[in-house]
Amino acid sequence: MTEVTIRHVWKEYDGDVVLERVNLDVAPHSFVSIVGPSGCGKSTFLRMLLSQEAPTRGFIRIDGQDLPPEPTAERGVVFQRYSVFPHLTALENVAFGPEVARAPLLGRLFGSRRKAVLEQAAAALASVGLDHAGDKYPAQMSGGMQQRLAIAQALITKPKVLLLDEPFGALDPGIRADMHQLMLRLFDETGMTVFMVTHDLKEAFHLGTRLVAFDRYKTRPEEIGAYGATITLDLALDRSSARERAEAMVGLADKVADQPA
Amino acid sequence: MARRLINLRPSRQGALYLGLLPFLILIALYATGSSLRLAENPDDKLLPGFSVLADAVVRVAFTPDRRTGTVLLWADTAASLARLGMGLAVATAAGLVVGIGNGLLPYVRAGFSPLVAVISMVPPMAVLPILFIVFGLDELSKVVLIVIGVAPFLMRDLQARVEELPREQLIKAQTLGASSWQVVLRVVLPQMLPRLIDSVRLSLGPAWLFLISAEAIAAEVGLGYRIFLVRRYLAMDVILPYVAWITLLAFAADLALRALNRRLFPWLAAGRGA
Ligand SMILES: Nc1ncnc2c1ncn2[C@@H]1O[C@H](COP(=O)(O)OP(=O)(O)OP(=O)(O)O)[C@@H](O)[C@H]1O
Ligand SMILES: [Mg+2]
Repeated sequence: MTEVTIRHVWKEYDGDVVLERVNLDVAPHSFVSIVGPSGCGKSTFLRMLLSQEAPTRGFIRIDGQDLPPEPTAERGVVFQRYSVFPHLTALENVAFGPEVARAPLLGRLFGSRRKAVLEQAAAALASVGLDHAGDKYPAQMSGGMQQRLAIAQALITKPKVLLLDEPFGALDPGIRADMHQLMLRLFDETGMTVFMVTHDLKEAFHLGTRLVAFDRYKTRPEEIGAYGATITLDLALDRSSARERAEAMVGLADKVADQPA
Repeated sequence: MARRLINLRPSRQGALYLGLLPFLILIALYATGSSLRLAENPDDKLLPGFSVLADAVVRVAFTPDRRTGTVLLWADTAASLARLGMGLAVATAAGLVVGIGNGLLPYVRAGFSPLVAVISMVPPMAVLPILFIVFGLDELSKVVLIVIGVAPFLMRDLQARVEELPREQLIKAQTLGASSWQVVLRVVLPQMLPRLIDSVRLSLGPAWLFLISAEAIAAEVGLGYRIFLVRRYLAMDVILPYVAWITLLAFAADLALRALNRRLFPWLAAGRGA
């Protein structure tokens, strides 16, 4: 069970404030949907949770511990693109995590130990519906298959926190619905905490147990560098009424880009 | 409907004929030029006829030399390929290690990248005299010339390729628990090997250039040495087959490396949508 604490986090690039005063307490086993207009700093926020970047001010803690200064296995990630290794087959991609954990020197297992890991990887592939694609290379797979693969690859090392940056943004609606089902099932099974950035409000409401919207509160051109975006809406989706949710949806609809009609 | 030029493609056979055509034209031009000159002066050495060329080929490629007892072409080829192979092997290994180090490790890059950038600007032929002085006139100086000529390019090219890897891949590997060393072994190296082989293919031309230059200046055996030796007698009948042979060797090496790439790295072809 993983608790995430975010306190007074600011992020500046070359003196320009992108995010400011971000405060968030995330209970264990939450699914946090993050929405906001393009360029407001959602990906930046995820990159800080990943330790790909450090906050300029403030801190982030997981279970009371400061974030390590670099990405670690406790935080898994699925990007919109480039999430899987093009030179490995689907099965090898999923086996990557267990292999490097067990073979510090060569990063690769042989014989019966390799077989055991590949079996584990095959099971993980099956759980995202890719049973038959084990020996395909990512370039031979569709976008939806690649994202399933990326999810299986990230989950096999059992991260405490999973970070998703528009993971389904490039998928068509039918496949997206499948992915939502998959995601909800995996969320229930694993007990992990998920942060998901999305431009699709319906997706945000459907998957999340909590909805967080980022936005700038000062938008005049001369104010852009001096003031950043911050959390403008924080809604516990699992405890709010249908009316609250409907109002939030309407309120956000014209702010979040790429909203499908 | 008439198609745009950019959409018009020859058939497989058509492409083959089109590819052969320039060669046939060149051969025909040579034959005409040769017979015109020979008609004027039967002792002309500049464009020897095909029968003279054939005689020379038999002499250098199939008859033991009277003085040394070896067949010249094969002895020259063995010597040159040994130098070339050694030089390219060392340059490739150096290119791989330094390229990946510079591309992936900020500390190594800070220390080595400027040095590599400067060294790659030194004209290799300008340091050849130094190499002869330092390493002597034997094999070593020729191998070193090839290394100096080719390695900096390979290092810089590979560094650029490593830096082009999507950042997401490196982050992803770290979130899966990989150490720096494991990132090198499992993510960077396997993706760099085919690119390295491609760069080595591009380096074949310069490598031959440096080899033949070094052999022309100081050697006792070698393809470049032979060409420059017989030049004194205007022996075009030997030079032309040697040039054709060198071209063939270079072409074969290029083809072999390309085949190796396709063979070893099936995911590359997958990436091109095959
Ligand atoms: N490495 C960087 N250097 C300088 N500025 C950056 C950097 N990364 C992001 N920014 C700036 O920070 C702001 C937020 O970028 P970010 O990618 O987090 O936005 P986003 O909310 O994810 O947008 P989108 O919805 O389009 O993905 C942008 O104005 C961007 O120009
Ligand atoms: Mg983004």
